[in-house]
Amino acid sequence: MRDTFARTLYQVAKKRSNVFIVVADISPAGSMAPFREEFPDHFINVGVAEQTMISLCAGLALRGCTAFAYTIATFSIYRPFEQVRIDLCYQNLPVTVVGIGGGVSYSTLGGTHHAQEDIAVVGAIPNMAVIAPCDPLETEAATWVCAERNGPTYLRLGKAGEPNLTGDAPEPFEFGKVRKIKEGRDVCIIAYGPIMKMAFEVAEKLERDEQRSVAIYSAHTVKPLDTAGIKRILDNFETVAVVEEHSVRGSLGGQVKQLAWDVRANCKLLTFSLRDEFIHQFGSQRDMWTAHGLTPEIIYDAIVAGS
Amino acid sequence: MMKEDTLAKTFDAAASKRRCRKFRRRILDISQTVSALHAAGAFSCLEIVDSIYFGLMQRDDEGRLTDTFLLSKGHGSLAQYVVLEELGILPREELDNFCKPGCILGTHPDFGIPGIEAATGSLGHGLPITVGMALADKVQGIDRTVYVVLSDGELQEGSVWEAMMIAPTLGIKNLVAVVDLNDFQSLGRTSETHPNFYPVLDKVSAFGWETVEVDGHDQQAIFDAVSSRLGGAPMMVIARTVKGKGVSYMENVPIWHYRSPSPEEYQQALLELAGEEEA
Repeated sequence: MRDTFARTLYQVAKKRSNVFIVVADISPAGSMAPFREEFPDHFINVGVAEQTMISLCAGLALRGCTAFAYTIATFSIYRPFEQVRIDLCYQNLPVTVVGIGGGVSYSTLGGTHHAQEDIAVVGAIPNMAVIAPCDPLETEAATWVCAERNGPTYLRLGKAGEPNLTGDAPEPFEFGKVRKIKEGRDVCIIAYGPIMKMAFEVAEKLERDEQRSVAIYSAHTVKPLDTAGIKRILDNFETVAVVEEHSVRGSLGGQVKQLAWDVRANCKLLTFSLRDEFIHQFGSQRDMWTAHGLTPEIIYDAIVAGS
Repeated sequence: MMKEDTLAKTFDAAASKRRCRKFRRRILDISQTVSALHAAGAFSCLEIVDSIYFGLMQRDDEGRLTDTFLLSKGHGSLAQYVVLEELGILPREELDNFCKPGCILGTHPDFGIPGIEAATGSLGHGLPITVGMALADKVQGIDRTVYVVLSDGELQEGSVWEAMMIAPTLGIKNLVAVVDLNDFQSLGRTSETHPNFYPVLDKVSAFGWETVEVDGHDQQAIFDAVSSRLGGAPMMVIARTVKGKGVSYMENVPIWHYRSPSPEEYQQALLELAGEEEA
């Protein structure tokens, strides 16, 4: 995902002269090289200084430029939270905060590097949009959206090595719209971000072992949420499951439940999130999901039991 | 960037002194319409703000300001509002209705108001924002200087030092920061809460800035120091000031960070300013 982001940003900069990326001592070295070589004045490393990374981007935006702030997700918003809130969101400036390793991608680096409540935190700020693509293809589309938006965006990316899942998606990527990426009739799984691959694993098993037809939707734009699209899903499926790599508080699962109440939805609704707790474990990203109680088997069993 | 015409420019310091007396009266008038305002912090930076707007900032052929000014110590907003009013950028009725419902002017400068480049009020944001502005101008080849005024208490914010470290490294020269060193923060003297912070100038110089220390109430000194800068690095002016300058009972008395004068105190302040005018 981060390499796709860097390559796409290079394409954006080739088309537009006023694009800057400001990093805080973190950068995808290889994939960012073409941008750095061709636009050296537009690649700024402020060093380990996240507050200045954000405010400097605001200054660039106040001069009519489009700026991307880039670092590890935790450092991109927790450390400079007030700069994000006031300089970017209060002033509604076209700056994208790119958080690398949203969720628990940095699985061997420990809890200091887990961004498990990041969407709740930035999503609470007025004007802020949140986009969390599920694969490199969505990352490319999302990067273009960020470059063209007129307000602040938090672009929550995985780390590296995510497979493409949306190559055959029946619907295109559109900012602010939930996107059907796999057809199905009985069960619908809504997810966003790299944990989307778990949604596919669950769908495959449900179709194989239970003969259930499973649709999958990407809720890549977590804010503003496509409430009309979510309501249609709640109307059209007998079972809806939300799977997300984010704390149970303040993200997609709770919002879908709220919408379900508002529309008196008749479907079975299940949500699967990270726990509202810090974990002190190391391993793969999948090991972190497991530690938070998120496995394909658990989700599969819950859907089968609930239907 | 050093400009030939800046050096040649003249500055009428006597006119500036007259304006600043008028500005102090205007701020005192406004103080009688609200329960609290940051008059003392505005009085300490009035001469600084006036010399920047009326002496240092460049104008185009039609007299419009082309340089940028940002008041990072947003609580001193009245100092900027009265100048913007004098320049005709802010309409008089807005300042008459300061902090009233429907008025665009509050205690801290809000984004979107005429003459206000960014929302300030939370300290430590202005310097890094202006570094971004100056960087955009530099990369895009725009000949423009960015002026930013900070408070000395504000220098305790880490973000200020982040920006101070990176600005010279980025090759920024078109940035002039002025520290309103009035030696006061809300709870007391800055030199007492942070004695090792002094002398400030050495620390800023060590970060690669061109620095100078001036009397922050001497408009000519401010103008001369900035106009004669070498221009090979961003500049920081350490301007020694008196909090509450111009009104005896406000000078160096912390309560006036917030308080509005009573009607009697207001009359006394007006008399003092009138006396200064005669003298």
